[in-house]
Amino acid sequence: MPRAMGSGGLSRRAFLETGAVVGGGLLVGFFVPAGMRRFAFAQGAPAKPPALPPANAFLRIGSDESVTVLLAHSEMGQGIWTTLPMLINEELDADWGRFHVEHAPAAAAYHHTVFPIQMTGGSTTTWSEFDRYRQVGAVTRALLIAAAAAQWGVAPGECRTAKGFVLCDPGARKASYGSLAAAAAKLPQPASVALKPPGDWKVIGTPTRRLDTPEKITGRAVFGLDVRLPGMLTAVVAHSPTFGGKVKRFDPAAARAVPGVRAVFEVPSGVAVAADHFWAAKCGRDALRIDWDPGPHAGLDTAELVESSRRQAQSAGAVAVAAGDVERALAAAPLTAEYAVPFLAHAPMEPLNCTVRRAAGSCEVWTGTQFQTVDQGRVATILGIPPDLVEIHTTFLGGGFGRRANIASDFVAEAAHVAKGLDRPVKVVWTRDDDIRGGYYRPLAVHRLEAALDPAGRAPLAWRQRIVTSSIVAGSPFASMIKDGIDPTCVEGAADSPYVTGIPNHRVELHAVDTGVPVLWWRSVGHSHTAFVVESFVDELAHAAKRDPLVFRRALLVKSPRVWQVLELAAAKAGWGSPVPPGRGRGLAVHESFGSIVAYVAEVAVEEGQIRVHRVTAAIDCGICVNPLGVRAQVESGLAFGLGAALHSELTMKEGRVVESNFHDYQVLRLHEMPRVDVHVVRSRERAGGAGEPGTPPIAPAVANAVFALTGQRLRRLPLRLA
Amino acid sequence: MNLKLTVNGQVHDVSVPDDMPLLWALRDVLGLTGTKFGCGMAQCGACTVLVDGSPVRSCVRPAAAFAGRAITTIEGLSAQGDHPVQRAWTEVDVVQCGYCQSGQILAAVALLAAKPRPTDDDIDAAMSGNLCRCGTYQRIRAAVHRAAELQAAAAPAATGRS
Repeated sequence: MPRAMGSGGLSRRAFLETGAVVGGGLLVGFFVPAGMRRFAFAQGAPAKPPALPPANAFLRIGSDESVTVLLAHSEMGQGIWTTLPMLINEELDADWGRFHVEHAPAAAAYHHTVFPIQMTGGSTTTWSEFDRYRQVGAVTRALLIAAAAAQWGVAPGECRTAKGFVLCDPGARKASYGSLAAAAAKLPQPASVALKPPGDWKVIGTPTRRLDTPEKITGRAVFGLDVRLPGMLTAVVAHSPTFGGKVKRFDPAAARAVPGVRAVFEVPSGVAVAADHFWAAKCGRDALRIDWDPGPHAGLDTAELVESSRRQAQSAGAVAVAAGDVERALAAAPLTAEYAVPFLAHAPMEPLNCTVRRAAGSCEVWTGTQFQTVDQGRVATILGIPPDLVEIHTTFLGGGFGRRANIASDFVAEAAHVAKGLDRPVKVVWTRDDDIRGGYYRPLAVHRLEAALDPAGRAPLAWRQRIVTSSIVAGSPFASMIKDGIDPTCVEGAADSPYVTGIPNHRVELHAVDTGVPVLWWRSVGHSHTAFVVESFVDELAHAAKRDPLVFRRALLVKSPRVWQVLELAAAKAGWGSPVPPGRGRGLAVHESFGSIVAYVAEVAVEEGQIRVHRVTAAIDCGICVNPLGVRAQVESGLAFGLGAALHSELTMKEGRVVESNFHDYQVLRLHEMPRVDVHVVRSRERAGGAGEPGTPPIAPAVANAVFALTGQRLRRLPLRLA
Repeated sequence: MNLKLTVNGQVHDVSVPDDMPLLWALRDVLGLTGTKFGCGMAQCGACTVLVDGSPVRSCVRPAAAFAGRAITTIEGLSAQGDHPVQRAWTEVDVVQCGYCQSGQILAAVALLAAKPRPTDDDIDAAMSGNLCRCGTYQRIRAAVHRAAELQAAAAPAATGRS
């Protein structure tokens, strides 16, 4: 792809011509109304249609009949490589077997339809692109029909399409999309297109296998780590063992003596060792002697942090939501509980990496990123060049989970700094130790809960929840998300919980603490702890009220029928209320996040002193479900991610240093621990929600509630550890 | 040191440091990037290759230890990506991010060579060393069973035991 495509400096016509030359076939570019903006949270529809985006291309039809889709989003496992082409083809009516997919370059044309950056996150892709990619398909189809109609001298209305052909029944004429693409590209864009009514959908809702499987099962898929450029060096960077530490002095001699090492030099994040290949760079780093200034966080200790957070939770914090008179309702002997969750690393299978090639006044970056234009801007600043001269090549992501949507572009910025010190292209690679110890974790959180039941002891009368955790966005360009002292990523899933807000007296408060540990969004963000706490404590209240956990929840969810229906579906499919097999316990949980609702019924046992999850019955309501096969995969995936954290994962710090370093002591879910999972997808015509994250939050409480049912032990800390 | 590595049936003369793990000889010297780096300490299985048909974690043992042995990487498993295990992976729609799948597939190939009709317990035992952060485990299990069927159908004489 030529730089011109990403630079935004060309007129639409010039762009079309450029595309025509480059593509070998014909490129069809068009305006796409930013229709999804009406979905932008509560802002409502704009008074007049927003200015049309600059010329953009999401689709290229080749003279060889190939259909190439450019993704404005990153494929990191969630399946968008397949979902967005499906949305196009719902309207385009091309031959699915001819589809190819590419990541788009970083450019304003590919900005998120809601946020002013190019990004993938928040489980937003499907719903935010639901109109734009269908419009892309519809406009292209209209142009192809118009081209055919002009050739044949018939009215467009006399033509139809079928699997990559335009047909005109009078005269039995037929032309392939590839043969029409050149003519279609010269036609004026239609001012508007009508999208199919849902009743006519043939693609949306049809289980569809992934388009990226062939390259991913043959080793051909290119991840960031697989990028190889002529003359490229590979570098690793020695990072401070404490957060905020700095290099005092270092001795490069031993590192330079390692055969293959080409350069050893300081960068803002530590000391870089660049070599002919990874192994030499790593051996060079092992040989380095560095004297560190440990910085202000050398005393950091997670056990102490939990204790100080518990103390802080005794006092009032900033109010996220409040109603009624909680103080009075809690005056007499409330039920009280404290919950805690640890720092967590994302630990994507592909360690972080980024390749940079500088040229005079410009540069190219290859990386698996969720934050294209953020990274682009950061690299531009570091290298002192305009952002549009930083070309971002998005590779496949070997997992993202939020780690590759870094507000500070940490691993990309580091690569830019390393590249600045070299006159050759360089790939900067993080080892697994670097990843586990390198920060940007799911924040540690402590919750203090107090509740009271009504005088009959049947239903909750009051709920107070104090959350002590760290803000992800404070002090960053995303700080505008903070409203009235509340970072929503700290309280989401609690302050807006239908359970909590349905209780007459309720109050959710936040103490946002800066621990010095870099924190970030970790698959499902705040919901990753609030769901555990809220659903566990609701379960505690159900047992305190001596009521069946499902029946107790039904009363609380009267005003949230959609949530209730999902829970009811999972419960029915799991046989809730039927006898539990001997030695097993059942627990349930439901949680809404990212526009979707997921409920689980978990069936657990204790085997050799360990919690063993045998079976999970799942239900999801994600509104319109574009690809049921993909949605099921994402529920399984989110569940597995959350279950690993529920059973195993924990980062601890002593004397400022992260204790864990690799998968032997930072444990995640393994195959033999994967329960049998049955996923039931609610048929819905509600607005599409997310799928990548909503499966994660409810698994920890479903399992914890099942453990309580089986053992009577209420486990209030993650990872879950039996007494 | 100089040594001869036989990878996917092809003999390569390579010059590598004595202690360079096979993984990096494959990736950085031979350019075979289908074999992945995940942990560097044989904890995740992303670097799994077959050596004389057995699964080996290529990230911890030096390339020199494999001179003269028959090394198979994901690139060499089949010419068209249609090995029964790859076909099963496609049918069951296993992959997500895909990063661990080279190692998963080769571990499955080795398992099926040893046990043409593996039970769930066999799969657990053989493949729990291969991590997948996307949690494709349920589909991996289903795909191994499906691959066993495809393999049996392709070579009924070879499976013998059933």
